[in-house]
Amino acid sequence: MTELSAHLPQFQHGQLTENFPDNHLSNTNDNSERRRHDNSERRRNDNAESETNGQPQNNMQQVVEQDEEEDEELTLKYGAKHVIMLFVPVTLCMVVVVATIKSVSFYTRKDGQLIYTPFTEETETVGQRALNSILNAAIMISVIIVMTILLVVLYKYRCYKVIHGWLIISSLLLLFFFSFIYLGEVFKTYNVAMDYITVALMIWNFGVVGMICIHWKGPLRLQQAYLIMISALMALVFIKYLPEWTAWLILAVISVYDLVAVLCPKGPLRMLVETAQERNETLFPALIYSSTMIWLVNMAEEDPEAQRKTSKNSTYDKQAPANQTQNEGAEADDGGFSQEWQQQRDNRIGPIESTPESRAAVQALPSNSQTSEDPEERGVKLGLGDFIFYSVLVGKASATASGDWNTTLACFVAILIGLCLTLLLLAIFKKALPALPISITFGLVFYFATDNLVQPFMDQLAFHQFYI
Amino acid sequence: AFFWLVSLLLSSLIWFIAVKASDPRDESLQKGLLIFGVMFSVLLQEAFRFLYHKLLRKAIEGLVALSEDGCSPISIQQMAYVAGVGFGLMSGAFSMINLLADALGPGTVGIHGDSQLYFLTSAFMTMVLIFLHTFWGILFFHGCEHRRWWEITAVVVMHLAVSGSTFCNPLYVGSLVPSYLLMATAAAWAYLLSGGSAQNLRRFLLCK
Repeated sequence: MTELSAHLPQFQHGQLTENFPDNHLSNTNDNSERRRHDNSERRRNDNAESETNGQPQNNMQQVVEQDEEEDEELTLKYGAKHVIMLFVPVTLCMVVVVATIKSVSFYTRKDGQLIYTPFTEETETVGQRALNSILNAAIMISVIIVMTILLVVLYKYRCYKVIHGWLIISSLLLLFFFSFIYLGEVFKTYNVAMDYITVALMIWNFGVVGMICIHWKGPLRLQQAYLIMISALMALVFIKYLPEWTAWLILAVISVYDLVAVLCPKGPLRMLVETAQERNETLFPALIYSSTMIWLVNMAEEDPEAQRKTSKNSTYDKQAPANQTQNEGAEADDGGFSQEWQQQRDNRIGPIESTPESRAAVQALPSNSQTSEDPEERGVKLGLGDFIFYSVLVGKASATASGDWNTTLACFVAILIGLCLTLLLLAIFKKALPALPISITFGLVFYFATDNLVQPFMDQLAFHQFYI
Repeated sequence: AFFWLVSLLLSSLIWFIAVKASDPRDESLQKGLLIFGVMFSVLLQEAFRFLYHKLLRKAIEGLVALSEDGCSPISIQQMAYVAGVGFGLMSGAFSMINLLADALGPGTVGIHGDSQLYFLTSAFMTMVLIFLHTFWGILFFHGCEHRRWWEITAVVVMHLAVSGSTFCNPLYVGSLVPSYLLMATAAAWAYLLSGGSAQNLRRFLLCK
């Protein structure tokens, strides 16, 4: 289902040696179309163009088709594997969020709102409430857009230090401050007595290991675990501090924005992706969940910065929305999270283009890097923002739905199916796709439908003990 | 699972509309509407099972075309099994999970004069339904594959019968016993269709 970048090494061969005899084309149009996609995808690194399905590619394509036929089988076998590789972390994140919401009441208590959503929802009339939530959502979205554009501008003008500093500050905040609050609330819920010294030790260890894992090197599983944890923390903060209608509106508008930002030619995220490709750099390693190990094979000539970037296979989210305590410096932080994760989120699953090892390999040493890639190690990437918003949706569903577990389950299945579809589209289109729209749409539809329609039905059925 | 969910959604939509359009105080009418809703839902579920089958067929054709030795990595029987399990799990989850959540809390079963075996019978009923969905998945897909319409109608009729038998609740003997009998029948039938036989079973049991 998902395309795999198993073809990349072959592609490199194809690129170098142009005089292969024509091999026979495959039979079905389907296959050749697919291969064309594969090849055009690879060409992108050269042409820095997204769509290169033109004629000059064809002879090249025939060259590599023979190799590709062998890889198709591999592709299909591993396609399902990639879907599972993404299902597991998304499910874990959602499970953590739902478990916390159900047990720790802190996250369902209304303790005020963020400064980004200044309008309250406790109004007298429904109309007023609707207006307030629309305004809140508008403010939030404009903040996100501004931050994204700021990020793209910074990236374009190569202010890498600023971006790195930003990311580091956000992850510091997230790993230390938010997890401290979370731990405190969990202890309160279970009435566990704890002294400050132990807590300080625990949080310190947790935070430092997290910083190292995320920004530097670490075991893959640990990195993934940390990313899932910070996504869950972020989602919990959102669930707590966003009022009802605002939250649903924001989810809806963000998926639209995601769609626009990634697919429109002038969208900020698309520009980011293209700029990164022009410069032959990997996109921000921060803020992306990657399911594979980054390899540093044959990258002798890469500049240290890129090398450092590629060695971080996951990204963390720079979140700092909870600046309700401090207003100054809030912009940088929150923007950080918005954009960073936005853009990362969108750059998602482009295994062909962004599998770290193959990409870095191709970009760094286009002529002779032959990373011997084990097809099993290839994976997909998903932006952390996606994790966060999926979890926000499911968390809100479990927190505020009258249907309770039914609604939660329905939203969960809807989101996973949306993710499947997105991966399928990724396999077909082979370029960075927004992961939010389909899943969030399904999730929202199912939430409202299940809450209002299915719940009374199931209630009545359970009452009479009828079974369908 | 997703398809079952969608069918549930549509059927509850229909029921909801019917309820809103009717008089909420009339008890028997409400019950009648509920029964109608149940039957309609059963039919919708089977319709969605059929649609799912069509989708899987297309997927298998795609897989076969793409694979090099002309056979797909997953057979239609496996898909039938998985589809059945998906349907079953989803229906079971939706039936049971709120019950389970409530069971964790304090309370007394049947304090208002209802049956005291509520939880137990719900659990058994859900279990039998999950199994039945799995078997129906296999039977249904087999019927679609080989164009045996009587198999498909048998599945639909069985489903209607099982749901209908639950209308006798809380007279549990009227619903659980037939359901289990039907499950045994469906199990044997599915087993035979999947290539099993009495000999296989004997060999398996005797660990040969």
